[in-house]
Amino acid sequence: MIEDLLDETVDPQLSGQSDESCQELKLSRRTFVQLLGAGLLITVTEGVSLGRRSGGRSRGSITVAARVHLNLDGTITVMTGKVEEGQGSRAQLTQAAAEELRVGADRIRLVMADTALVPDDGITAGSRTTPYTVPAVRRGAATARELLTRLAAKQWRVDGSALKVRDGAITNPKTKQTITYGDLAESKEVAEAFKQGVSSDVAVTAVSEWKVLGNSVARPNNRDLVTGAHRYPSDIVRPNMLYGKMLRPPSYGATLESIDLSRAKAMKDVVVVRDGQFVGCAAPSSFRAGQAIEAVAKTASWKTTTAHPSSKEIFSYLKERARSGRSRANTRGSTEQGLARAAKALSETYEVAYIQHVPMEPRAAVAEWSRGNLTVWAGIDWPQRIQGDLARAFGISSERVRVIVPDMGGGFGGKHSGEAAEEAARLAKASGHPVCVQWSRAEEFTWAYFRPAAAIECKGGLDSKGSLIAWEFTSINPGSAAIDTPYNIPNTRILSVGSDSPLRQGPYRCLAATANNFARESFMDELAAAAGADPLEFRLAHLENQRIRTVLETAAKHFDWPARRKRVTGDVGVGLACGTEKNSCVAACVEVGIDRRGGEIKVNEVCEAFECGPIQNPANLLSQVQGCIIMGLGGALREEMKFEDGRILNAGFADYLVPRFRDVPKIDVHLVNKTDIPSAGGGETPIIAVAPAIGNAVFAATGVRIRSMPMRGGLLKRA
Amino acid sequence: MDATVNLTVNGVKWTVTTDAERSVLEVLREELHLTGTKYGCGGGRCGTCAVLMDGKRVLSCTIPLSEADGKAITTIEGLASGDSLHPVQEAFLEEGAMQCGYCTSGMIMATVALLKEKPRPTDEEIVSWMNVNLCRCNGYPKILNAVRRAAEKMRR
Ligand code: FES
Ligand code: FES
Repeated sequence: MIEDLLDETVDPQLSGQSDESCQELKLSRRTFVQLLGAGLLITVTEGVSLGRRSGGRSRGSITVAARVHLNLDGTITVMTGKVEEGQGSRAQLTQAAAEELRVGADRIRLVMADTALVPDDGITAGSRTTPYTVPAVRRGAATARELLTRLAAKQWRVDGSALKVRDGAITNPKTKQTITYGDLAESKEVAEAFKQGVSSDVAVTAVSEWKVLGNSVARPNNRDLVTGAHRYPSDIVRPNMLYGKMLRPPSYGATLESIDLSRAKAMKDVVVVRDGQFVGCAAPSSFRAGQAIEAVAKTASWKTTTAHPSSKEIFSYLKERARSGRSRANTRGSTEQGLARAAKALSETYEVAYIQHVPMEPRAAVAEWSRGNLTVWAGIDWPQRIQGDLARAFGISSERVRVIVPDMGGGFGGKHSGEAAEEAARLAKASGHPVCVQWSRAEEFTWAYFRPAAAIECKGGLDSKGSLIAWEFTSINPGSAAIDTPYNIPNTRILSVGSDSPLRQGPYRCLAATANNFARESFMDELAAAAGADPLEFRLAHLENQRIRTVLETAAKHFDWPARRKRVTGDVGVGLACGTEKNSCVAACVEVGIDRRGGEIKVNEVCEAFECGPIQNPANLLSQVQGCIIMGLGGALREEMKFEDGRILNAGFADYLVPRFRDVPKIDVHLVNKTDIPSAGGGETPIIAVAPAIGNAVFAATGVRIRSMPMRGGLLKRA
Repeated sequence: MDATVNLTVNGVKWTVTTDAERSVLEVLREELHLTGTKYGCGGGRCGTCAVLMDGKRVLSCTIPLSEADGKAITTIEGLASGDSLHPVQEAFLEEGAMQCGYCTSGMIMATVALLKEKPRPTDEEIVSWMNVNLCRCNGYPKILNAVRRAAEKMRR
């Protein structure tokens, strides 16, 4: 299953496109009003049909009613299957709907990620909200606006094109007649009209006309975040709720042979469940549930499997098990001949360690059963998929499962799977109470999936003039994101090769693109040095992609690259790197300070330029870019899972070092607003230029090339 | 072992009888249902659970309930008075200093405690005070701006 996850994030084309027939979920008006909460009045009088597709993005096939509801108070409820985990989708999708409905963002009530209420917009991953869901919501909202305009035109017996829509009101400029969305909320005709499908070719507002998109709209529920009022998945409280803890194996692959549950069962108010390998306890407090688990853990006997590789030997392990790969489509020429003809040829291997996402909120879920129906609040990335998973796990139909994803505490690609949801549901079923399960930090570090480790073999050849004529790139294990070189090279051979990962691996912010770009951009730097060329000039000489050139030149200009490169000393180096992924482009220039005695690399400054088409929310994009840069520092310099004998050795913040305030360098971000192409997502790609730029800066200062992530300053002590 | 503990939380007096070893964090969340204070590590290394105890910052995951007997605790829920937010909350909103927001209550409580002790903190003092608080969205630049803005607001 994790392999699937890898695939779909690597390649958006591989998932969420099944053309299964549209299912209808019928809710009575009463339930629907209740679900949407007090104060919301819904237009429909009979039943509401929420069109939803089983397993896949809903694209144009849903009804307008499934996306848009007019409320009597003049607000508009808009529904989406996307989740908010800090990336800014709530503000952005609110803006998208507001733009097309011609209202301010404050008039939109966005309902997100509740399988009973929202259409299936696919997984929140792969930077897909911006290129797919924003357009889907805009089309839904634009269709609604057109239908409403048509209704007004019909009522007034005029041509719809003569009417103006502004600020939630439709006006006939000639007669000064006006009708508001709130007025129309009562209309039976609207209910009837909204049964139509969302038009796939409805015109959406041109970038030059944007009034709401393009602005720094704040997150709509931000006040609840500063008051503590917002309930994250781990904060949901239900009547008579218990707290659950699970028994975890002592190492990966260990199986439970026997266990004595009697001591936990004797504890007051504790429910103990064993079902095969699953052992869990639910109790009125987490503390008590933890004590119960400790009591049974002492009696457990485990069969452990041997032969786990350790993190020390992981790269040779992955290389030995590398499968044969298929060359990528853009492979061209003959690298054998190119390398044979080369005046200079280099061959190096780069390595990237497994790392963990470490979302601030570990996996959490609350599950509640009522008359055979299951409701789960969970921190996961795709409510409809987890709905299906839970239905299968409990042998019930999906209609009996409702999954709700309250805005959650971070994910970064790490919350595609629903372990806590299933655990909570099992304990809830056995205990007859709602159950809350929140993983401990150590559990999250150990039992969540990891960003794949990578071993990447690179070969390059330069002709006598210093031009790149051959490029071989074999990426073992991380996946194929950003594997293709954007540089113009006549002979290339590029391979993505699977291996046998000893750790459970899955998506991560930009996934393989970080590893592949680290290897490529470091190796480009090595080739530039071999050619005796400036790293910026060398790249530009091989780069036709105008978008990458623009960000590279933008970053270099603001960083003052040529002058600062001349000022490099043994203690202070500068480096740069660029790249493209998910239809966006990034370049970074960094300055590092080297403490040779302490063996430390300190990043003093990062200047990054980023372009993802027309910017929809500048403040949010800035947050994403800043966040990517600093998160990238962690993987570049310190983060690494250490493991041995099937156990994680650093499952806590004491030994797994993530960036803190102290690590934050001077950051200078330049957002390039390119308005003549569609917008792409911006929450991932800004991470991929950070590590190679740092490595290149270290090399510039010290002459030492560090070819592994994390890059350890200790290597420089010997130099 | 159960114990009976008296404590004041956001001005409200509570008497809690429960396992004395439970952390203040767990009691706030599971007994008082004040869920604004978050679990991030349970080991004193992330700051998401920060609250004020007798006016000083503490990491509530590291404090057994027994040690809170007779103490006054302020959580994120206790900062605003009615509809008007605390200046530190305002500063975080104005700077847009949150992404997922899960670290925000700990960041805000840390800032409130800092500004009580040092109304005019230098950047170095801010960084060293806040360094225990993790933000995994890595929103540190805007959080730093918010702390600076809060300091200015509170001086006014
Ligand atoms: S939860 Fe208390 S410091 Fe992390
Ligand atoms: S805003 Fe997400 S952890 Fe700080």
